[in-house]
Amino acid sequence: MIDPNFFQLICFYAFGAITVGAAIAVISLRNTVHAVLSLVLTFFSTACIWMLAEAEFLAVALIVVYVGAVMVLFLFVVMMLDIDQVKIREGFVRFLPVGLVVAVVMLVEMLALIGVRAMHAQTLGVNPATVAGQSNTAWLGTALYTHYLLPFEVAALILTVGVVAAVALTLRQRSGSKRQMAAEQVAVDPRARVRLVKMDAVRPPVAEPPAASEEPKA
Amino acid sequence: MGEQLFDHLLMPVVYILCIVVPLIIAVAMYVYWERKVVGWMHVRLGPNQVGPLGLFQAFADVAKLLIKEVILPTRASRALYYLAPMLALVPALAAWAVVPFGAKMVVSNANAGVLYLLGMTSLGVYGIILAGWASNSRYALLGAMRSAAQVISYELSIGLCMVSVLVLAGSLNFTDIVNAQGGTKGIFDWFMWPLLPIMVVYFVSGVAETNRLPFDMAEGESEIVAGFHVEYSGSAFAIFFLAEYANMILVSFLASIMFMGGWFSPFPTSWGWLGQASFWWLFAKAFAFAFLFLWFRATFPRYRYDQIMRLGWKVFIPIGLVWVVVAGFMKFYGVAGV
Repeated sequence: MIDPNFFQLICFYAFGAITVGAAIAVISLRNTVHAVLSLVLTFFSTACIWMLAEAEFLAVALIVVYVGAVMVLFLFVVMMLDIDQVKIREGFVRFLPVGLVVAVVMLVEMLALIGVRAMHAQTLGVNPATVAGQSNTAWLGTALYTHYLLPFEVAALILTVGVVAAVALTLRQRSGSKRQMAAEQVAVDPRARVRLVKMDAVRPPVAEPPAASEEPKA
Repeated sequence: MGEQLFDHLLMPVVYILCIVVPLIIAVAMYVYWERKVVGWMHVRLGPNQVGPLGLFQAFADVAKLLIKEVILPTRASRALYYLAPMLALVPALAAWAVVPFGAKMVVSNANAGVLYLLGMTSLGVYGIILAGWASNSRYALLGAMRSAAQVISYELSIGLCMVSVLVLAGSLNFTDIVNAQGGTKGIFDWFMWPLLPIMVVYFVSGVAETNRLPFDMAEGESEIVAGFHVEYSGSAFAIFFLAEYANMILVSFLASIMFMGGWFSPFPTSWGWLGQASFWWLFAKAFAFAFLFLWFRATFPRYRYDQIMRLGWKVFIPIGLVWVVVAGFMKFYGVAGV
């Protein structure tokens, strides 16, 4: 028998290794399109790890939102840009110290955070979804729309404001640009465009065919 | 160990083959049916030479495509060029895992089935985009760009349509969604009545999502020759073809499952055997939707790019948003839903 827990551990390390490898590839690959694809792989294997942790809703939401929509837009932009690789690479040595400082600070912060968590050392409680006898998704929905309704709505409002701001920043009325108004096009009165002329049918006088050509055509 | 392997490895593979093999044959016959139907609508005969009534035409085409050479364009990105058709096909087949064919006939009765399906269908666009980019061709790149914009837009309206269904059914599981439409009144229990505008929006968005006429901007033969797959030949092209048609059949099945009561009979249960639920009903409904794809193709001229975007963002998404609220009220006041 294969122990399910042991198998889950193997899967976790496999997905974790893929995630880390793909994340390193994102910053080391020369081709930007390949780098974006590595980022897609990073998201995908992260979703697999979450799936192992029985967070199925979060996992699928990550795939739908980030892999399915955000990264497609990323690819869209990156494919259209004509990026000069040499120009990006120059100055690598000059900016290296700054990058190293930022990396070290981030590492210390992360370790501190992990340390604080470890000091509190609270074990995870039992899965509330299993206690309620519901699926993870149903429990998350109930919790979001009852206990956390206000923060949830505030988050939605902030996102809406963000969308409106993004549109307002990029929307410019340029003079001289022509555009089609579908409503006007549909509302056009055909009588204003086409003049229908009504006239009696006129039959042109038919010339009498000569009697000799009455034989059927072959 | 042996029992474990049998239950968790062998049987799933058998189930998967039970879906994938008939699906591939269905795609072949669907292509034949499409050519016949479009032929009749054009007052032609359609394929009639290979086999009785031309029935083996699709298989002859497949054999021809498989023995043709796959040509790698100059300076194409080799790995991505070969990866792209597979990325298009894998989600198109994987999505079938959560599609139920009967009360207990489903490979994976996942709780978050609708979410899984949304995830899988949203992955299919990578095949198209990568094909366009990797083949190092202007036409292919243009097709990929158009397709990316179009698929993202219509995915939103498909997602909103599914939310309306979820509100009424109260579940993300496809089997539960169908069971929510079961009852004694037959056709009047289906979600197509409370969600009639949503059904129309869903199916039209499905046509757009699969890049079919009149929304085939990604291919657009008369503008960008064949769009993203212009540089593909032989079996690589055949895989794109298979993925597109498998997606069309998938959209037909989903429309039947979410709005037309799945395997439930349209007649009241008191009508004896006619009122019994059976997977034949599901197949008949899916066939009707699949026929609509062909009917659209033979009837409508191609939309212009800005018209497609306008339809998606300014018409379908507002309808979807409003109907989520309407469905919520219907459920609250007990008009429809479980």
